[in-house]
Amino acid sequence: MTSLSAKDKDTVKAFWAKIAPKAGDIGRDALGRMLVVYPQTKTYFAHWKDLSPGSAPVAKHGATIMGGVGEAVSKIDNLTAGLFNLSELHAFTLRVDPANFKILAHNILVVLAIQYPTDFTPEVHVSMDKFLAAVALALSEKYR
Amino acid sequence: MVEWTEQERSIINNIFSNLDYDDIGPKALARCLIVYPWTQRYFASFGNLYNADAIKTNPNIATHGTKVLHGLDRAVKNLDNIKATYAELSVLHSEKLHVDPDNFKLLADCLTIVIAAKLGNAFTPEIQATFQKFLAVVVSALGRQYH
Repeated sequence: MTSLSAKDKDTVKAFWAKIAPKAGDIGRDALGRMLVVYPQTKTYFAHWKDLSPGSAPVAKHGATIMGGVGEAVSKIDNLTAGLFNLSELHAFTLRVDPANFKILAHNILVVLAIQYPTDFTPEVHVSMDKFLAAVALALSEKYR
Repeated sequence: MVEWTEQERSIINNIFSNLDYDDIGPKALARCLIVYPWTQRYFASFGNLYNADAIKTNPNIATHGTKVLHGLDRAVKNLDNIKATYAELSVLHSEKLHVDPDNFKLLADCLTIVIAAKLGNAFTPEIQATFQKFLAVVVSALGRQYH
């Protein structure tokens, strides 16, 4: 996968500034959608009582995830170093199959399209898609 | 054989009967060419695809986007027989157009995003699941006759 150009980084930072106030809601919606549209992802959350969209654990965890994405935005110039701890967490403790990063990224993009139909232009879409792919790559660094 | 519930059939029919093909088709195809630029390889004869603005205003792309979207009508009308319905189109995409079938998923994802932007919160998780299931079946059928 290609690395992020200066234009990509500027686009991501500008768009993130716009959406950051609703990051928690976006995360909640994206995670909720993922669990419905890709039921295999529920296997990671067997310990939750309620996996329905908008439930308390989904809302809380969606916000946690988007917090991580926000951190990635601030470390966009060196994601591998910046997400070192999160990578260790996903590799050794959570052991989420990296294929799922792509699935979650897709659902984040769907939510962005829903919430920001005019701002989520194709140009913003491509930069965000590249960024989320780069984040996934950084998170997979410690897997093997 | 793909099984469809009454609810899924209703959701799919609803989406397509309320669709502005001339708006959504061009938007989906243009987005695909911008977000996944390697897909431009199939459109060398379409004129200026030099940057995002050129793609968005290219009349050939717009016409083709509408055409591709109408191509989905056949699947909507033949939900229980999508594989057979698309056998000929699959051969066309393989033998004549030489389209890598991985590209079908890319366009499907862009169509999902464009529909999501159009429907907003009405594009619920359940509707998204049904729509993506429908597109997955179409994508699979279109790749079926590749040898």
